[in-house]
Amino acid sequence: MSMLSTTEKTYQELRQKAEAKLAPLADKPLIWIGTATCGKAAGALEVREAFKEELKNKGVDARVMEVGCMGHCYAEPLAVIAKPGFPALCYGKVDEGLVKRLVDDFLVHDDPCYEFAMVALEANDIFPTFADFPRGVYEEKIILEQCGFIDPEDIDHYLAKDGYAALARVLDMESPQVIKEVKAANLRGRGGAGFPAGVKWEAVAGQAEQTRYVICNADEGDPGAFMDRSILESNPHLVVEGMIICAYAVGASHGYLYIRSEYPQAIRRVRTALQQARERGLLGNSILGSDFNFDLEIFAGAGAFVCGEGTALINSMEGKLGLPEHRPPRLSTAGLRGKPTVLNNVKTFAYVPLIIKKGAEWFKNTGTPGSPGTAVFALAGKVANPGLVEVPMGTTLRQLIYDVGQGIPGDKKFKAVQIGGPSGGCLPEAALDIPIDFDSLKEAGAIMGSGGVVILDEDDCMVRIARYFLKFTQQESCGKCTFCRLGTRHMLDILTAITRGEGKLSDLETLRELAEDVQAGSLCNLGKTAPNPVLTTLKYFYDEYRAHIKEKRCPALMCPDLIAYYIAPEKCSKLCNACVGSCPVEAVYTREDGLKAINQGKCVKCDNCLKACPFEYNAVIKLSPPSLLEEKERSTK
Amino acid sequence: MISGIFGEMILKGMSATMFKEGGRETIIETINAVLAEHGARRENLIPLLQEVQERLGYLPKPAMEEIASALGVPAVEVYGPATFYNAFRLHPPGDHQIKVCMGTACFMIGGQIALDSFERRLKIKLGETTPDRRFSLDQVACVGCCALAPVVVVDNLVEGHVTPTRVDGIILSFETQQGDGKGEQEA
Ligand SMILES: Cc1cc2nc3c(=O)[nH]c(=O)nc-3n(C[C@H](O)[C@H](O)[C@H](O)COP(=O)(O)O)c2cc1C
Ligand code: FES
Repeated sequence: MSMLSTTEKTYQELRQKAEAKLAPLADKPLIWIGTATCGKAAGALEVREAFKEELKNKGVDARVMEVGCMGHCYAEPLAVIAKPGFPALCYGKVDEGLVKRLVDDFLVHDDPCYEFAMVALEANDIFPTFADFPRGVYEEKIILEQCGFIDPEDIDHYLAKDGYAALARVLDMESPQVIKEVKAANLRGRGGAGFPAGVKWEAVAGQAEQTRYVICNADEGDPGAFMDRSILESNPHLVVEGMIICAYAVGASHGYLYIRSEYPQAIRRVRTALQQARERGLLGNSILGSDFNFDLEIFAGAGAFVCGEGTALINSMEGKLGLPEHRPPRLSTAGLRGKPTVLNNVKTFAYVPLIIKKGAEWFKNTGTPGSPGTAVFALAGKVANPGLVEVPMGTTLRQLIYDVGQGIPGDKKFKAVQIGGPSGGCLPEAALDIPIDFDSLKEAGAIMGSGGVVILDEDDCMVRIARYFLKFTQQESCGKCTFCRLGTRHMLDILTAITRGEGKLSDLETLRELAEDVQAGSLCNLGKTAPNPVLTTLKYFYDEYRAHIKEKRCPALMCPDLIAYYIAPEKCSKLCNACVGSCPVEAVYTREDGLKAINQGKCVKCDNCLKACPFEYNAVIKLSPPSLLEEKERSTK
Repeated sequence: MISGIFGEMILKGMSATMFKEGGRETIIETINAVLAEHGARRENLIPLLQEVQERLGYLPKPAMEEIASALGVPAVEVYGPATFYNAFRLHPPGDHQIKVCMGTACFMIGGQIALDSFERRLKIKLGETTPDRRFSLDQVACVGCCALAPVVVVDNLVEGHVTPTRVDGIILSFETQQGDGKGEQEA
């Protein structure tokens, strides 16, 4: 047997302790409940309480554990029951009634209520596992593997699953060797730009200045994305371990996690993780008995999208306005407090321990040659199974939407996929076979971005979504560059006019020109990419712009100024009052003949009556352009 | 006559407001405590402001001036960041904070309609507080519950599928103080 190094020995002790603590618990039934923000929103805390209550009532000895996000947002709240003798089973949309049944039928008696189970977590002869579903076939979980399956607030869970083993190994390596491995893996930054992490690390390690910093960018500014938050809430130690390894590689003794303040639960869980890591000697002085010292702190961002940009982020950490600066100097030469600094995204750090453990070659086996590894996406919008997914780079958008996300709900037609958030673009049906990687998406006018993917169907107006993103970037523009500040403003005004039916065809040319100017005249990528949503919609959905301008018509029936609500007399039942009761402004009334009608002057277009009208009548319809109303009314008089 | 629960509520509301308004003494006390904890360094400005806001509910002007003098910088160097970053409020918040999600998914599935409904019901605009300081209305970006869109965060509790009817329900539950502001949970 080979001699164990000090670090290895210290690590093994920690790990054995963790295992010893967890082992006796394996004989007891274990219930785990996803209580990341998404689970909580769906009522996970109530489910947790219901389980505790019911276990007590029935005198069942079982443990209830809170975990993070398993990624199946459509089925929240989720609970998993692992009872010795049965495969661990996952149940979706759990409510109090189901809790009662599960405790009574499954835990007390031995009926696992298969009719309510969603999936089994381990292979067995009775019930399908994730691998038996299309999503499981396309998904390949690397950094999400343990999210939702370990207790994020107990470091021993992470340790028992091989956690911090990569760190122990790294501490016995020379730091250039670590960098070499990360470079060989061609790990590209997951914050959007795809810059190779190893190259960045090498640049910092090569500086003469000895004080260096490592910063994790968890500002997650894309308004439709939540991957980074989920990872920090579900498996914070993975990111922390990645950061410590990076610090060792570049010779940093201090680091920060820059987490947006809108993520209180992520901040809390990371704080707990740092505390526990310190208690175990994984942070602080002489980590795992080595002579390497490193500590981490949290910096809570103060809410500015532009602070996701590296130089702006540094400025805000120094107590200044979060304005981007000219580069060079790059952060790797002069970052925080003028010292060499590594800045990487949450996901980038999360891959590091796995690359160290399994090797660069293993990492490159997944994904494409130019973009190895996986991509993590927050799927949202008009998709049957929204959630957090991880697929190999090179998966096509079609597979992502139709196989992983299970397509568009209802009988609706797919219209577009918005990828990359405010810096990304809207791609049409024809682009669905594009493989997802850093380079292919750029060619199509979108970007990989940090992972927000929103699916749009026929009810979504492309002009409105372009306006939505532009409004966002316009509000978030820090104002430093004239074109970004005023150009986006002007573009927004034009888009607003179009959505109101006040646009001119010549406006579209102006939009294109302004877009070019904003791209060219902006210092940072906020401005450089702000026009993307407008440019891609103009390119792929020109007809919609035209309809808004020429016919004052919103084809998706979405723009409030271009639609009118109307109750079709031939469909209205007269007998029900659902629409009248649903109207928040008393615009819907009963005519003398008993039919319902809408006072257009009062209508605020809130959609309530349309939703309220029982589907067997479906009498409330939207008309665009609103001028159709007169025709309708004339013909029925 | 004000009586029962309703009377208590008003009194509670008043004392909360009075505390938030704070005399200069309260403010100075808070600032000193925060400075002692975090250290009076220019670099710590943002954590300092966050902590003061956490304790006072917002950043009163005298508080910013106190911080500036403690850090030895002109007051504008504190006003600047306080107005630049979205997280800081310069006015006292309402007793109940309503934040409408304007993330991409929520916006596309009725977020704007929910926001319009709150504006109409509370007779205030986005970013404002009702004159009686009971409610303030803000927006947030994706809270990560897109599957429940449109989403509204009411006093840190996330509500899903917020239709105009539900908006009425939320406000009514506060007005009658019978509900705890917790909405129907998605089954
Ligand atoms: C306006 C703007 C916002 C950004 N927001 C983020 C963000 O929220 N998270 C992030 O990791 N990177 C963000 N970036 C990218 C960062 O500047 C930087 O490239 C990244 O953090 C580097 O990490 P990576 O190489 O691991 O991707 C943003 C860039 C810009 C221009
Ligand atoms: S967009 Fe509202 S929760 Fe994601």
